[in-house]
Amino acid sequence: MSRPVLEIRNLSVPLPRGADRGYAIEDLSLTVAPGEIVCVVGESGSGKSVTAGAVMGLLPPVLKPSAGQILLEGEDLLKAGPARMRRLRGGRMAMVFQEPMTALNPALRVGDQVAEMLEAHAGRLGRGARRDKVRQLLADVHLPNPESLARAYPHQLSGGQRQRVMIAMALANDPALIIADEPTTALDVTTQAQILKLMRELQARREAGILFITHDFGVVSEIADRVVVMRTGRLVEEGPAESVLCRPQDPYTRMLIAAVPRAEPPPPRARPSLVSPVLATRDLTKNYGGRGLFGGGRPVQALDGISIALQPGETLGIVGESGSGKSTLARCIARFVDPTAGHVRIGGDDIALLPARALHPYRRRIQVIFQDPYRSLNPRRTVGQSIVEGPMNYGLSREAATARAKNLIALVGLDAGALARYPHAFSGGQRQRIAIARALAMEPDVLIADEAVSALDVSVQRQVLELLEAIRERLNLAILFITHDLRVAARLCDRLIVMLDGRIVEEGATAALFADPKHAYTRALFAAAPVMKAPPVEAVP
Amino acid sequence: MSALDETARPLPANDPGVPRKRGRALPPMLRHPAVLAGLAVLLLVGLAALAAPWLWTGDPILLRPRLRLRPPSEAAWLGTDAFGRDVWSRVVYGARVSLAIGFAVSAVSVLVGLTIGLVAGYVRWLDAVVMRIMDGVMAIPSILLAIAMVTLSGAGIGTVIVAIAIPEVPRVARLVRGVVLSVRTEPYVEAAIGAGTRLPKLLVRHVLPNTIAPLIVQGTYVAASAILTEAILSFLGAGIPTEVPSWGNIMAEGRQAFQIAPWVILFPGLCVAATVLAVNVIGDGLRDALDPRTARGVGVR
Repeated sequence: MSRPVLEIRNLSVPLPRGADRGYAIEDLSLTVAPGEIVCVVGESGSGKSVTAGAVMGLLPPVLKPSAGQILLEGEDLLKAGPARMRRLRGGRMAMVFQEPMTALNPALRVGDQVAEMLEAHAGRLGRGARRDKVRQLLADVHLPNPESLARAYPHQLSGGQRQRVMIAMALANDPALIIADEPTTALDVTTQAQILKLMRELQARREAGILFITHDFGVVSEIADRVVVMRTGRLVEEGPAESVLCRPQDPYTRMLIAAVPRAEPPPPRARPSLVSPVLATRDLTKNYGGRGLFGGGRPVQALDGISIALQPGETLGIVGESGSGKSTLARCIARFVDPTAGHVRIGGDDIALLPARALHPYRRRIQVIFQDPYRSLNPRRTVGQSIVEGPMNYGLSREAATARAKNLIALVGLDAGALARYPHAFSGGQRQRIAIARALAMEPDVLIADEAVSALDVSVQRQVLELLEAIRERLNLAILFITHDLRVAARLCDRLIVMLDGRIVEEGATAALFADPKHAYTRALFAAAPVMKAPPVEAVP
Repeated sequence: MSALDETARPLPANDPGVPRKRGRALPPMLRHPAVLAGLAVLLLVGLAALAAPWLWTGDPILLRPRLRLRPPSEAAWLGTDAFGRDVWSRVVYGARVSLAIGFAVSAVSVLVGLTIGLVAGYVRWLDAVVMRIMDGVMAIPSILLAIAMVTLSGAGIGTVIVAIAIPEVPRVARLVRGVVLSVRTEPYVEAAIGAGTRLPKLLVRHVLPNTIAPLIVQGTYVAASAILTEAILSFLGAGIPTEVPSWGNIMAEGRQAFQIAPWVILFPGLCVAATVLAVNVIGDGLRDALDPRTARGVGVR
């Protein structure tokens, strides 16, 4: 075996005093060989991003490696001075960040940003040579019209195109090592699939080693040669991708892999059919822009004639990529925004165009669980105050509301002491449970879960999904489940609706849709979803 | 049932993500030496203003023509002015006017600005109209407005307060509107709307608390600039009636003789500078203590 491009030996990075554990990374060793893709997998707080920062020398000053070595082609980076590190960064090693919008300078043309990478390391190039090289790099990452695209500013590109530019910048000086920190997490699945394919292809053509950091085992199974699993700063398991995915040894790895939602719908639930729907929309339309005193610009049609019906006890999934209008649909139904036209029926009443003051009796019947558990609870109010607020708005006494809150907090798996605490004392998964309890306190007819598990780690995501499954059985609750993740939708939903550009492109029972997607876009979505190729693993109880 | 397994796991008490309770937001600010000094100065000026009659002062407007322009001495600590009035007594009584104006202007402009800002931030169709009016008000130079108002309605503390407060209102309104616009789309505000919380309660409970920290800070800056503006107005003769001792008036009257009796203008000038500096330093300290980015560190977003 040739010499590894990256070798981390017994690296430890202590956390400042007062943190919840002593080390961000403790005694970590790993290697990346030339031409190899090593995936570092872990949940939030596992230390995977600190690992990337340590290699690049980009850690915040409070985090200083205290022991170990980081060898890049044999040279110890922890001993290299700032000037040497500057030479190495972008030269021998390069990084691709998660958020391509903020990683690119919004005030410079992308071609100039790529050229800057070249200048900084390859020295002065002739004008023509530099332009040719930039064009070559942009063509290498399969950007269309590299000539004109080089003159574009970052905001004129799509997310996927921006990430391609980032990759072109990383490749500019033929680095030995590329570190990719969650490079596809901010992208839609179809875009993610293209970027993963691109990275595979580039890595096969060049001899660079790639350290690929991700939280998604689906992505791992698409791209990894070897896998390193991390948990709270320690290496839990490592090995060839195939053996880690199919025959995980460590119980934590087994649990993580078992928690990954699989795109295999469970057998359909038996449900009474043909009751009158609790919620129905007809020709629901929402246009943005083009109005107002100083308004202007062309209107954008976010929803274009959406008709759905939700039966009692049913879970209807709305699947789509960003910009498909799925969240606008949720917000129009919950009347956080006013639909432009159409009907929203709750029971027998049409609430689509009711003025805000007339909505009060209907608010109770539709409750929303939001995506970001860190922003959906008022940080200044205790959990108990947040939960009782709604029922008390509808005339329940404080005592009765508190009693209900106690029951619900137990139902979502937290203890009664939680009611007296503030949201900051809880983890993301726990906050999402609180948000569910708050929604249930209203005794709604319909629960709208707007990407409610998207911000959570897989193991926590699985627990919250199980909780939703349990309560919908118990309360015969109708759920509108909005997600970009087909794998999650498969697990929970009875029926699915696929949205694209504000329209419904396909609709059907989950199992039928998975077995035989009709629309081309649905098929593209299925093909792009990073799916675990390994057989299911049983979690150790 | 594995779904219900994850029990509440409190974070350690020293977790950096744990924000301090509101009541405890002050102590870290108090540890800042500059802020302590500012508070001490302000407290001193405030106590002096309250206890003016007992601070070895005489009648601040008593004319003693025989004792004109005397330098500081045992009898008159800070000397006397062109009419023989005791500068120490006048400066101490002048603190009352300055502090009252600083406090009143910041209270008036914060209350009015808060109301306008909340309405503009929440009632979308009013926003464009109200904010353009605010832009217009902001374009009026405060000193000229004050001179015009005093000319029209006569000199008086009330007129001066209103005249200084008017141009400050748009700044406060803009600040509040900005906070409201960013908070109103927060999921927890939408969750409260979804829970049937009506508008007044929604504003008071979920929106207003977010404006308090920036308003306290803005209030101190308004107070400091009001004290300064009052001094300037009085100095120009367009402020407090000349018979009332205010720092600006004392300086205005000391202007003609300032080359032979600099103490008349020096001591009130020092008082203005020290008070304004103290209030500004306190404002900076409050901003650092109340800003989540500088006070709470990482973790809370």
